[in-house]
Amino acid sequence: MSERYEFEMPLEPERYELTAPPAYHFELDRRDWFKFLGAGLLVVCVMKNVKAAQETGGAKKPAGEALPEEIGAWLHLGEDGIVTVYTGKVEMGQNIRTSLSQAVAEELHVAMGKIRMVMGDTQLTPFDRGTFGSLTTPTMNRQLRKVAAAARNLLVELAATQWKVERKDLVAADGRVSDAAGKRSVEYAALVKGQQLTQAVPADETLAPAAQWKVAGQPLPKVDGRDFVTGKHKYPSDQKLPEMLYGKIVRPSAFNATLVSVDTSEAEKMPGVTVVHDGNFIGVAAASSVLAARAAALIKAEWKAEPQPGQKEVFEYLKKNVTNAGEPVGLATHHDAGSVEPAMAAADHRLAQTYTVQYIAHTPLEPRAALAEWNGDHLTVWTGTQRPFGVRSELAAAFHMPEDHVRVLMPDTGSGYGGKHTGETAIEAARLARAAKKPVKVTWTREEEFTWAYFRPAGVIEVASGMLKDGTITAWEFHNYNSGASGFETPYDVANQRIAFHATKAPLRQGSYRGLAATANHFARETHMDELAHVVKMEPLEFRMKNLKDERLRAVYQAAAKKFGWGRAKSAAGQGFGVAGGYEKGGYVATCVEVAVDRGTGEVKIARVVTVFECGAIVNPDGLRNQIEGANIMALGGALFEAVEFENGRILNGLMSLYRVPRFRDIPPIESVMLERKDLPSMGAGETPLMGVAPAIGNAIFDATGVRLRGLPLIPNGLKIS
Amino acid sequence: MAKIQLQVNGSSITVEAEATLLSVLREQLELTGTKYGCGEGQCGACTVLIDGRARRSCQTPASAAVNKKITTIEGLAQGEHLHPLQEAFLAEGAMQCAYCTSGMIMSAASLLSSNANPSEAEIVRHMDGNICRCGTHPRIVAAIRRAANAAKESGR
Repeated sequence: MSERYEFEMPLEPERYELTAPPAYHFELDRRDWFKFLGAGLLVVCVMKNVKAAQETGGAKKPAGEALPEEIGAWLHLGEDGIVTVYTGKVEMGQNIRTSLSQAVAEELHVAMGKIRMVMGDTQLTPFDRGTFGSLTTPTMNRQLRKVAAAARNLLVELAATQWKVERKDLVAADGRVSDAAGKRSVEYAALVKGQQLTQAVPADETLAPAAQWKVAGQPLPKVDGRDFVTGKHKYPSDQKLPEMLYGKIVRPSAFNATLVSVDTSEAEKMPGVTVVHDGNFIGVAAASSVLAARAAALIKAEWKAEPQPGQKEVFEYLKKNVTNAGEPVGLATHHDAGSVEPAMAAADHRLAQTYTVQYIAHTPLEPRAALAEWNGDHLTVWTGTQRPFGVRSELAAAFHMPEDHVRVLMPDTGSGYGGKHTGETAIEAARLARAAKKPVKVTWTREEEFTWAYFRPAGVIEVASGMLKDGTITAWEFHNYNSGASGFETPYDVANQRIAFHATKAPLRQGSYRGLAATANHFARETHMDELAHVVKMEPLEFRMKNLKDERLRAVYQAAAKKFGWGRAKSAAGQGFGVAGGYEKGGYVATCVEVAVDRGTGEVKIARVVTVFECGAIVNPDGLRNQIEGANIMALGGALFEAVEFENGRILNGLMSLYRVPRFRDIPPIESVMLERKDLPSMGAGETPLMGVAPAIGNAIFDATGVRLRGLPLIPNGLKIS
Repeated sequence: MAKIQLQVNGSSITVEAEATLLSVLREQLELTGTKYGCGEGQCGACTVLIDGRARRSCQTPASAAVNKKITTIEGLAQGEHLHPLQEAFLAEGAMQCAYCTSGMIMSAASLLSSNANPSEAEIVRHMDGNICRCGTHPRIVAAIRRAANAAKESGR
């Protein structure tokens, strides 16, 4: 039994992507390749008919429109038996260096220790749009399995030819091909010795089904974990070159400020300091970060900024400034079914409520960093980014140079969470390096990261619904202003729906954040579901199940209820239980939460979180559990207390001491349950496990107190019980 | 610039004085295992041991560490033998991006040197100044417990 290989996975565009990916055409020249790689075997994965980016439902790109044929990945087996795999995906803590290695080991039948992953290097790896959208597992993992399977088949064929036997009489295992009788055996390395073999992956390549996996499916540890616990690994901010200088940028006084005047003379008097003033860009480079900071402080710049909207009026601002413009092609902004008005008029109960989410900051522990080096008219930049190829485009545009003169490398980085899609720091370092004629590293301070990166968009979500006396939802109207369309559809069965995303002007620079708008949309929908259950006096889980047919979502709800002990009586005053769930990016999640509320002080303690997640066949159970736990903990911050405070073009809480993220004392017991469906393709898990946390907490607080919270964060200053 | 002598991971090294200990370690000594996370002592990524106690190197002037024994993550293992905490972090998979890991391990080393068998509550209290954004906190707590148990069993 084999799994048919297909690329039907829709590629979801990122809402605020700043540049379109360039069409990339590879000319494979065998001689060049082997000059670089050394002799051996090279297998290339050519992807065909990659479906145009689209979200499910609503406006879609015209049928049949496909991205150009494209190379997805390649693999080289050297004479030394080392397997080197090239992928444009990048590692920032999701542990895909490990899970992708498992994919290769599984199909190639080699030890994990023989595999090297080369990731996110625009000179060495195939074009890749970026590492986001939980896409690595459903796309790259399968591509690499396919490449590895093709390599294995070729090796078996080589042995069959050499020994003049039938392929079917040979087996590949542990890096060797042997005959079934056990008489002859040869290492892969010996088979490719002195050869220059190339092969494209056949279109009909088949893969081992998950039920037969031996290496994939195992809870293997991080492949290079030792480098991380010993401090040996070099993150982007740790990179260093001979004669490297440290850069520092002089920042505007506020967002959208223009430079009125600047005096750099004092800084220029400092020996060894390079000062650059180019348009709105002012920066320095010096032999140490201390000197660079000192030089930057000597620069007197005067800025002018217009008044700008602040956090206090953000939701009114969004509602008043609908543009519905600037949507990326292919992104669904509407979903309609049936006819909402008659259903609403005929409903026994109607409910309309508004939900809000604040701007929050990704706060990756490693701030943006880049090291840039010029070699004539060629530029090399090491930087922490989820889109090395996108940053290459940004650099090429900024310096008016062809993309093939720019190389971007991404050393495994200190997290991203959707916050490192852009190349600001790379451009800054490159600009300073060009002036200094030496390599320059720029590492943003925490305050810069909080201010000059981009944010998860704030949003207003209006939900109106109608239902029958028995709790059947008959009408559903859902409008998201600014936060985004991801996950805005309802998984519940409602005959009459109008769902829309409305673009607005934004008071802050905003972009992708782990899970995109699915967090906000799940919060609004699952809170509203709870409110509806309350209207018809139904138990909240029973109410959901009454309106839900999707078997996979039903299964995670049932598993969560069982693990949590849903339905048991409260055992203490202030105790409350909440549930929420949904699906997104091929993953299904249900979360149950127990809270303990002190009615006197308003303190809310999250007593327990149970999250059940199902994303098909599991590639690495420990890696998946790590993602579920981490997603739940990251979600706590946005659910409970994270919010960017801003006023008139300035961030007011842009320091770690002012912006609260989850700490050890905030972490409740989290029980994560993984449901496995070996019969279904493996999907990504980086994002969807967040979705149930915020609404389940809000629903539990309501259960405990009768106080309904409709804005995220729920309780930045504790709970007010009147 | 004035020069000072520092004792780092068992070696005596001459460095320029006018900087934080963090920038001396990272820029002058190329000990980049110690990380910058916030520059205000709030995240713990820059934690090192000074005379065995966890200290935020971003808040410590290099000059304040003269005549003291400084240990960074690079100096924790004994040759090829990892420290029990390093082993435990690997065994528990207590990391994702691992940018916080050096600081976590150094903070935990300080805890275990003063309290060989900390309770979970004591671990949470001690580690609260260290931030992990990937959300591996439960695994970090488990790793510290594991290291404490391993030390107990080996009679150290």
